[in-house]
Amino acid sequence: MAGNGTKRPRKRRRRIQLSKLYTLTCTHQACFKQDHSQIGGPGYSRVVFCNEPDSPDADSSNYSDNYVRTTKYTLTTFLPKSLFEQFRRVANFYFLVTGILSFTPLAPYTASSAIVPLLFVIGATMVKEAVEDWRRKKQDIEVNNRRVKVHRGDGNFDSKEWKTLSVGDIVRVEKNEFFPADLVLLSSSYEDAICYVETMNLDGETNLKVKQGLEVTSSLREDINFKGFEAFVKCEDPNANLYSFVGTMELKGAKYPLSPQQLLLRDSKLRNTEFIFGAVIFTGHDTKVIQNSTDPPSKRSMIEKKMDKIIYLMFFMVVLMSFIGSVIFGVTTRDDFKDGVMRRWYLKPDSSSVFFDPKRAHVAAIYHFLTAAMLYSYFIPISLYVSIEIVKVLQSIFINQDIHMYYEEADKPARARTSNLNEELGQVDTILSDKTGTLTCNSMEFIKCSVAGTAYGRGITEVEMAMGRRKGSPLVLQSNEDDVEYSKEPFAEEPTVKGFNFRDERIMNGNWVTEPHADVIQKFFRLLAVCHTVIPEVDEDTEKISYEAESPDEAAFVIAARELGFEFYNRTQTTISVRELDLVTGKRVERLYKVLNVLEFNSTRKRMSVIVEEEDGKLLLLCKGADNVMFERLSKNGREFEEETKDHVNEYADAGLRTLILAYRELDEKEYKVFNERISEAKSSVSADRESRIEEVTEKVEKDLILLGATAVEDKLQNGVPDCIDKLAQAGIKIWVLTGDKMETAINIGFACSLLRQDMKQIIINLETPEIHSLEKTGEKDAIAKASKESVLLQIINGKAQLKYSGGNSNAFALIIDGKSLAYALDDDVKHIFLELAVGCASVICCRSSPKQKALVTRLVKSGNGKTTLAIGDGANDVGMLQEADIGVGISGVEGMQAVMSSDIAIAQFRYLERLLLVHGHWCYRRISTMVCYFFYKNITFGFTLFLYEAYTTFSATPAYNDWFLSLYNVFFSSLPVIALGVFDQDVSARYCLKFPLLYQEGVQNVLFSWRRILGWMFNGFYSALIIFFLCKISLEPQAFNHQGKTPGREILGGTMYTCIVWVVNLQMALAISYFTLIQHIVIWGSIIVWYLFITVYGELPAIISTGAYRVFVEALAPSLSYWVITLFVVASTLMPYFIYSAVQMRFFPMYHGMIQWLRYEGQCNDPEYCDMVRQRSIRPTTVGFTARLEAKKRSVRRSESA
Amino acid sequence: MPSNTASSSSAPAGSADSSASRTKSKRPKYSKFTQQELPACKPILTPGWVILTFLVISVIFIPLGVVSLFASQDVVEIVDRYDNDCVPTPARANKVAYIQGVSDKSCNRTLVVPKKMKQPIYVYYQLENFYQNHRRYVKSRSDSQLRSVKDENQIDACKPEDDVNGRPIVPCGLIAWSLFNDTYTLSKNNQPLTVNKRGIAWKSDREHKFGKNVFPKNFQEGNITGGGRLDANKSLSEQEDLIVWMRTAALPTFRKLYGKIESDLEKGDTIHVTLLNNYNTYSFDGKKKLVLSTTSWLGGKNDFLGIAYLTVGGICFFLALVFTIMYLVKPRRLGDPTYLSWNRVPGGGR
Repeated sequence: MAGNGTKRPRKRRRRIQLSKLYTLTCTHQACFKQDHSQIGGPGYSRVVFCNEPDSPDADSSNYSDNYVRTTKYTLTTFLPKSLFEQFRRVANFYFLVTGILSFTPLAPYTASSAIVPLLFVIGATMVKEAVEDWRRKKQDIEVNNRRVKVHRGDGNFDSKEWKTLSVGDIVRVEKNEFFPADLVLLSSSYEDAICYVETMNLDGETNLKVKQGLEVTSSLREDINFKGFEAFVKCEDPNANLYSFVGTMELKGAKYPLSPQQLLLRDSKLRNTEFIFGAVIFTGHDTKVIQNSTDPPSKRSMIEKKMDKIIYLMFFMVVLMSFIGSVIFGVTTRDDFKDGVMRRWYLKPDSSSVFFDPKRAHVAAIYHFLTAAMLYSYFIPISLYVSIEIVKVLQSIFINQDIHMYYEEADKPARARTSNLNEELGQVDTILSDKTGTLTCNSMEFIKCSVAGTAYGRGITEVEMAMGRRKGSPLVLQSNEDDVEYSKEPFAEEPTVKGFNFRDERIMNGNWVTEPHADVIQKFFRLLAVCHTVIPEVDEDTEKISYEAESPDEAAFVIAARELGFEFYNRTQTTISVRELDLVTGKRVERLYKVLNVLEFNSTRKRMSVIVEEEDGKLLLLCKGADNVMFERLSKNGREFEEETKDHVNEYADAGLRTLILAYRELDEKEYKVFNERISEAKSSVSADRESRIEEVTEKVEKDLILLGATAVEDKLQNGVPDCIDKLAQAGIKIWVLTGDKMETAINIGFACSLLRQDMKQIIINLETPEIHSLEKTGEKDAIAKASKESVLLQIINGKAQLKYSGGNSNAFALIIDGKSLAYALDDDVKHIFLELAVGCASVICCRSSPKQKALVTRLVKSGNGKTTLAIGDGANDVGMLQEADIGVGISGVEGMQAVMSSDIAIAQFRYLERLLLVHGHWCYRRISTMVCYFFYKNITFGFTLFLYEAYTTFSATPAYNDWFLSLYNVFFSSLPVIALGVFDQDVSARYCLKFPLLYQEGVQNVLFSWRRILGWMFNGFYSALIIFFLCKISLEPQAFNHQGKTPGREILGGTMYTCIVWVVNLQMALAISYFTLIQHIVIWGSIIVWYLFITVYGELPAIISTGAYRVFVEALAPSLSYWVITLFVVASTLMPYFIYSAVQMRFFPMYHGMIQWLRYEGQCNDPEYCDMVRQRSIRPTTVGFTARLEAKKRSVRRSESA
Repeated sequence: MPSNTASSSSAPAGSADSSASRTKSKRPKYSKFTQQELPACKPILTPGWVILTFLVISVIFIPLGVVSLFASQDVVEIVDRYDNDCVPTPARANKVAYIQGVSDKSCNRTLVVPKKMKQPIYVYYQLENFYQNHRRYVKSRSDSQLRSVKDENQIDACKPEDDVNGRPIVPCGLIAWSLFNDTYTLSKNNQPLTVNKRGIAWKSDREHKFGKNVFPKNFQEGNITGGGRLDANKSLSEQEDLIVWMRTAALPTFRKLYGKIESDLEKGDTIHVTLLNNYNTYSFDGKKKLVLSTTSWLGGKNDFLGIAYLTVGGICFFLALVFTIMYLVKPRRLGDPTYLSWNRVPGGGR
């Protein structure tokens, strides 16, 4: 309330509370805003009686309970809902329709034979759904049965399950527990009712947020206080907005406003606070996090989309064939009874049902169309979807099980979270990679610093080593030439402290006191120890201090300060305690710094400051920040070391290090007083420009700083990243780096991982031109935007011109663009030119890009290019990108789970991408595409014989085969081999996949699933059907077919043809695959044997079941030699053309995998020259990666020799 | 670990993982199966294999072809088309009227045995352009009624030949109704030649599909008579003509067994056939043929299979030669890059 606000400054003098320190993020005085007037109105009608569950007014039954369900189905909805899901697929729906129609007299076969396979297929998919949902259910149960302490009346708290919570309950949440529902914070273990909250599960941010309860309730810090406590909350209705909350609390007749500052969201975690008390406001599905949850975008692979097209093509063929059949059928039926004369009298055309009535031949033809559509339904593979799903699940298991993608240190195997993108992994054209945590480890190591113009630190960074390699010189050890002798000394030990890789005897072990600018060094490290928001945690047993920091850089600083003798060991609400060396006495003393204000870091300010009061009452403002904002804030007399520091900072950036500038100033009492009044005024202001007013105030105090020096923190590259990038580049995959880092760092990381190299032409697009800068000073937003856009467009056009000018020159280009320019480059009218430019460049690096921009770039590449994109990242800022890309790969590293949760596949290290794409991706792509082609082939082979037979029955829709032969074809006699193909086939082994990365281009170019190939397989199916049908027909017609003079009937022709088909499709499979394990043998030969078993057993069933097939095999087919002779002949002749084709192709026009197979076969794999020959099969030179770098070097050597 | 977060609907990744890691390592177990390193043969079509395959096929096919062709040549077959000739010249203008009329339908044919025919000699009738495989026709029968007396009322499928004035027809349906009813009486050199009509149907049909105590009832008693009549005193399982007829033919041209002659016929023997030309094939322009044929191990006379075997065997032999020459003359260029698709499409790989 306003009254409290005026009292506060006096209070702070005496006891400064932490909540008052934070300037930007933290609370200001709660007050009634405009929104509060809406309470009670529409959208703001929620009423909560806190702590009065039994109150007659508390009509809490209106609100949902706290049970949270994330399952797709419940017991009751499972059947209808999952059936609906199933029949949304057009093919399944078609089979449903034919299944229903099969109960009508229209059916060419019995209803059960049509329904059983459908039930089988649908049932299998539904079981899968049910199992998946059951897993979710188990997780739900675990969550809903977590326990929390709830007020049971009279000040007693009992432990209760989460699901039993109801609105209005008072709960007590302990440290490191999750909040069970959305709560209004009443009080905490801190006096001012603040608490720290980790919201990683909500937004992926690892830094802690501060929340604060109302002043009136902050005194309720004991259980017993809640005896008789009563409050009445009116607030907004449940909604999905995480950052808004409007409500009022009525307490003892007075009304207090509630804001998001008092709201604790479900799924966030209480940190650094012993306990809190809260009142439940939203439960279960009303909570903001649940309201917010959206189903992740469902992604479908390119192959699956194309498969849909094939299915439509098949539908078209079915319709076409049915139509042809119906027309002919109509005509012949009409002719059966003309002018009172019956032609085919044995059909009794004069008294027939409407389906065959010559007088209504057109109607009969229309009915016939339906019948024929049912009969030809075998063109569409009913088991395709379910087989593909089975295959993909098994493939994912292989990916999860791959021991080469298991990360020992973190105990993390690869995890394919969605299985429906496996084959897409084999078609990736562009990889969009995050930098931090993906290419780099996100483990920050304090490695160098520059204090008072002297550079300290002798560690060698990975980047420096890479640069050393790049320059072709031995290690560039030391940048500081003054102390060459040190550089020769080998480093005694590996860094043992995480986050600290600093070696310099001059200032370590307290030696700094003898350095020339010891006082500056002292201030420098003191600043590192004091200016931060880190919270120390002391291990009670070992007395060891660990730090809880918002970011790894911060932790690295505090650790560095500790290692150099400035140990920050305690933080209270108002103070920071540091053990440090006294410069005068040379003893370790404990110093207490009173923290008066904290001006936090944010991305616009790019700096953070604290205002502290030293023990002697001196007021200091300590500030650290990015170089570009810091140098301009230095005072005239604070620029003593500016030149040297700038040089050092540039050097560090060159080496790929993150730099920060450290500076300070002293404040006098008066100045501080003015500032403090202003800032509290700004903080308590209610107007909309509060933010900017705070900015303004802080701006005024953070100036005239005195430079201390600069820090350099290494962002370590992950293991094997350069090698992996090289392999991927050889595979022809383009790699774009999208990072939030600044340009220099990004470029350096680019060099380190060989995405950039010296002879590459860098096209840099930024807005760092003087004109723009001067415009920015005027602050006219429209003018800036206009000028910026023009500038960006001009730069893009220039870049394109360069690209064009270079033409076929092997000189590769690299595009580097910063976030500001990117914002304009992504405008609708510019983005296509930008994309053209970017696609023309070998490497693209986008720096300073926001999460949104990352997603936009991804979308641009995906839609503009039509090629498959893969995004890889580890942080919450990559979520948009991961979801936008065709495939999102999450790094399951140390940062939150958010990226992994929204990814399709999670791996532990960037380097596993190589195996994931080149091996698993290639295999899966090959398997699935071959499998789909084969599926259609086998169904056409089967279905088309039906059609051909029809032609000999005047298209009366007599099936050529027994009903159960028809329906079990897809399920028994041809399904397992194709599944085995989908799961196990390998064209070349993993070793060769990695040895010849160019093989990957088969997927990118989609050669294995091109229309040419698909139609080729379909053609194969058609002619196989033709050969089988006509050879069988001619061989069997019309003479006796055994020595007993028996002539073949329908069941014998059908049985013979069916046998031939089973043999042909299975042997075709054997010809098509190149990898025979025992499993392949079992399923292929097994399928054929199963057919013989089936026909035998089925034939032995009573004739009423087996009808025409009764004993047909035992009695008629098997004893007849001609059956076997015909089978042999037909099968061999049918496969002959394919065999000739593949023999010629394999020998004379091998595809890339064929070449590798030859190499392996002929044992030339160890012959480097041969391998090289095969490797360099592309007219497009590889442009990035260190192989390319070597090539470039060779070129330049040659050029210089010839010159 | 996170509980059900915003994206928890997507997977059960979080909590289960962490608990597992505490207890045991998640390192995948090594096995050749999971690492996809199972021992496998990886055949590729090397010249040796290709040539060998062709050779093997030709080595198998050519002898098989020769044997088949010989078998087919051994079969002696006499085919006599009589549908046209057995209609008296004056009636030929309207054959349908003739066949539907009541005039005497008997007809004499003379066949000369071209070669010695060893017994058993099979007598067939061959119909052409007769769609026994028409769906309406195929379905127009009642298997249960044929098998047992108590199911004689199961006549749903038989329409319109299901009942006569409410009494079920046994056997019902269009197939039985249209039973072929030409008869042949054979004599050799004026000696009657017995045609044995037993054992012409499949055993399984006789024993399991046609009941021993099912007798024809109300057969051909409707207003239109279709084809042949049945002896009401003989059970269906003994009516082998019917059983043969009821096993529907696959194609519109078909032969069906009429009987067996169980004595040899010498070359030059003349056989007189007195046939009753009852069956109407004229309204749908069908041909009728009488066929006398011996059989071989391969069945009746059909040169196609032998010739086809020889042809394919020959082609394979030829291909074996061609491939040998190709492999010798034109050594493989190890992967001409121009065949790779990404090289064919300039800029396609970008």
